[in-house]
Amino acid sequence: MVSETATAELEARAERAESRRGVLVGAPPFAYLILFFALPLVIVVVYSFASRSSTGATILGEWNLDSWLRVFSPQVAEIAWRSFWLATTTTFFCLVFGYPFAYWIATRSPRARALLLVLVMIPFWSNFLVRTYAIRFLMGVEGPVSVISQALGGEPVRVLFTNTAVLVGMIYGYIPFMILPLYAALERMDWGLVEAARDLYAGGWTAFRKITFPLSMPGVVAGSVLVFIPSLGAYVIPAILGGSNTVLLGDYIVSQFLAARNWPFGSALSTAVMIVMLAATIFYFRRGGRTL
Amino acid sequence: MAGGPAVELVGVTKQFGDVAAVDDMTLAIGDGEFFSLLGPSGCGKTTTLRMIAGFEYPTVGSLKIHGREMGLLPANERPVNTVFQSYALFPHMTVEDNIAFGLQMRKVASNEIAERVRRVLDQVQLQHRAAAKPSQLSGGQRQRVALARALVNEPEVLLLDEPLGALDLKLRQTMQVELKDLQERVGITFIYVTHDQEEALTMSDRIGVMDNGRLLQVGDPAAIYEHPASRFVAGFIGDINLVDAVVTGSNEVKLSNDHVLALAAERPTGAAVTLALRPERLELYDPDETIPDGHYRLAGKVTRKLYYGDAFYYDVSVGLDRPLEVKEENRPGVETYELGDEAVVAWDPASTNVVRD
Amino acid sequence: MSESTAAGRWSDRMLGANGWLVYLFLYVPIFVLIVFSFNDNQRVAVWTEFSFRWYGEMLQNDAVLRALRNTLIVAAVATAASTVLGTMAALAMERYRFRGQRGADGLLYLPIIIPDVTMAVMMLLFFAQAINIASHVVRLNFGLGTISLAHIAFNIAYVAVVVRARLAQMEPQLEEAAADLYASRWQTFRRVTLPLIMPGVAGGALLALTLSLDDVVVTSFVSGPGSTTLPVYVFGLVRRGVTPLINAVSVVMLVASIVLVGVSLGLQRRSGKGSILIE
Repeated sequence: MVSETATAELEARAERAESRRGVLVGAPPFAYLILFFALPLVIVVVYSFASRSSTGATILGEWNLDSWLRVFSPQVAEIAWRSFWLATTTTFFCLVFGYPFAYWIATRSPRARALLLVLVMIPFWSNFLVRTYAIRFLMGVEGPVSVISQALGGEPVRVLFTNTAVLVGMIYGYIPFMILPLYAALERMDWGLVEAARDLYAGGWTAFRKITFPLSMPGVVAGSVLVFIPSLGAYVIPAILGGSNTVLLGDYIVSQFLAARNWPFGSALSTAVMIVMLAATIFYFRRGGRTL
Repeated sequence: MAGGPAVELVGVTKQFGDVAAVDDMTLAIGDGEFFSLLGPSGCGKTTTLRMIAGFEYPTVGSLKIHGREMGLLPANERPVNTVFQSYALFPHMTVEDNIAFGLQMRKVASNEIAERVRRVLDQVQLQHRAAAKPSQLSGGQRQRVALARALVNEPEVLLLDEPLGALDLKLRQTMQVELKDLQERVGITFIYVTHDQEEALTMSDRIGVMDNGRLLQVGDPAAIYEHPASRFVAGFIGDINLVDAVVTGSNEVKLSNDHVLALAAERPTGAAVTLALRPERLELYDPDETIPDGHYRLAGKVTRKLYYGDAFYYDVSVGLDRPLEVKEENRPGVETYELGDEAVVAWDPASTNVVRD
Repeated sequence: MSESTAAGRWSDRMLGANGWLVYLFLYVPIFVLIVFSFNDNQRVAVWTEFSFRWYGEMLQNDAVLRALRNTLIVAAVATAASTVLGTMAALAMERYRFRGQRGADGLLYLPIIIPDVTMAVMMLLFFAQAINIASHVVRLNFGLGTISLAHIAFNIAYVAVVVRARLAQMEPQLEEAAADLYASRWQTFRRVTLPLIMPGVAGGALLALTLSLDDVVVTSFVSGPGSTTLPVYVFGLVRRGVTPLINAVSVVMLVASIVLVGVSLGLQRRSGKGSILIE
């Protein structure tokens, strides 16, 4: 069989056999993902069209658009806007402080760079919850900053449970996600181009504005996406550092499944948030973003 | 070729979608031959090699190695080994382990493996680097490891895909000689893919010239060089003058400057032919010098002169669309000409090649 | 990079200042936490004396120990399974061609893009339905099983991304060379491909482990009574207020995650390969 003279049919058969082998290797992981990811996703979308009984149970038979209409209500819009604003300011500050930081590391000697990078890696890989708690501890009324300020005769620090606290916590949590892609892009850059610009009479700031910054754009976009998207759906940080009066998307969705017991509405919200993030990511890839 | 050809392709075509990378190729490579596949990038020579190796399967056609039809036999079951253009040495293994790999896969006894590896390391003179990793070696050393890794398995055919491409000129020239010697000593059939015609000419027993998936001409280096069968082959190998002419009789062709040569073109009257003339077969004479009997002659003027150290290249305008390029050795006794000199280009009729398109 | 391209002296100083400020910002909260975890006082931030008191209490706290045990079990199972499955997915995508590959690509990137809240909701609804349907035949419940299954679901994609990057970097001709040297597909994988992608596989495993240990939202949605994990437990405590016990537990978690990074950095240094951690 194997030693027959080649024909177009045999070649096709060989290609099919190869493709079958690929399917075999991919079958376990993809079967898992279909069952435990794709299917749950479908279920959530389905639930978004279901109704809620007076006791808070979900009725799957009576389909309607109530939940989706509510998603577009002004009340939700306000929450969505607040989350969007938080994500935007977080991204902005991460960029403002993170870019010079990444630039600084990228312009050190190779040995210094290695050490400085490790020092960034450590917070990056440290437990996220614990890092958030550390800020919570630091800023609390019973925390060390407050104790010190009181000892100096001042007021106890009351910054906790405010929007500022949440913002600081978000920046604290996500700035490593901005720094690393920025650093990668700057490190990869051809610095000879900056030299060429200098050779052509550009001053330091001009060279940066016209050469370095545009060339580091992929890093800026990558970092911004890596900060913005998780910030939009953030739950843990606002839950620990924020007050109960400012509701954000993450907490709003979670409460639909705990306190409010409105699963269809929660499903609709989850789906809506996911669609927005999907759109943002596709936009990023269309703009030629690199894979992580 | 006693015992039949080492590799035989009959009517082999390889289609990638609409494109025929290899188009109806029929070729027999003899046992113990150093055979080169020569051609420009994209001509299908590498695809042909990969089909022999088993990395691709032909769309149609028969491919036999020592009389055995290969068909869909996968690469790891074929009695051939390949030296890759990028060497493809396993970076995480030492030189020794790289070389031993094929033998280990074939479950050869470990003491025999050690012995054979040692022997082939001696052959390529890398005994002192047996424990090194590929990243620690120079380009030339890596090339020899790739060679050793293939040869230690004593394949029926050795396939080499432009193995010297990454080396600098001097090293390449040294390796060319070494490879040729090695092949003669070991006696294995070598199939060598290259786009460098000098390499093919100096190393091969026979050359197969390819273009656009088709095999244009097969022959020993002299046949290919001195009797190219087509315009492409003539132009690809060495320098050539291609002169258009029209057949005006059974023993007559007329050039574009209306000059008539007594040449039996073996074509019907009125047919267009191309004459291929090697610059070194053309000679320059003064207008009043005696020219040997029977030689063709065209009178003209020197329009360019290039100095190559060992030779002069003259462009002589003789009224054709392009000047003729003439090569004259640079040594005492050979007259030199200057720009603007009147000269006669003459050559022996036997040096004229009538080529097809 | 030469002298002429570095920022001028003044700007370089400013950059340096910003740099150290950021480091301060990143590390001061952590150090403060560590320091005060050794404070003997119940009122956490008023320093009295150095003691291991709270660590001792932590080691005797049943709830903490149970949560820790659960965390380790889930992390081990999830990391092992998702590393194997993620590597298989990466191989299928990078080394083969089959129909529906583009859809498969999307399926592999989606878990990375969606927010963990949505993931939590998905898993909750799915398991609720599954348990409901299965209840006709067998009584299942939310617990370590559902948590592990959920973790594996999002981890596969992360492992796949890291391993795919490594596979793409690998010279593809190496596998052809192995076949040319008589290796079967399995031998090629075991002797050539796997050793060469190992840094990627290890990096993927580390990432999966970290994500598993970090996870709060998804786990809290799919855990049942008695099956809470350490991060979820701590999260619950934190919402009720700061206590010295939380400090001690947090520091332990922190040190563990740092040790993990240190170990992998050390292994990386030994193998001499490029930075998996940045990828």
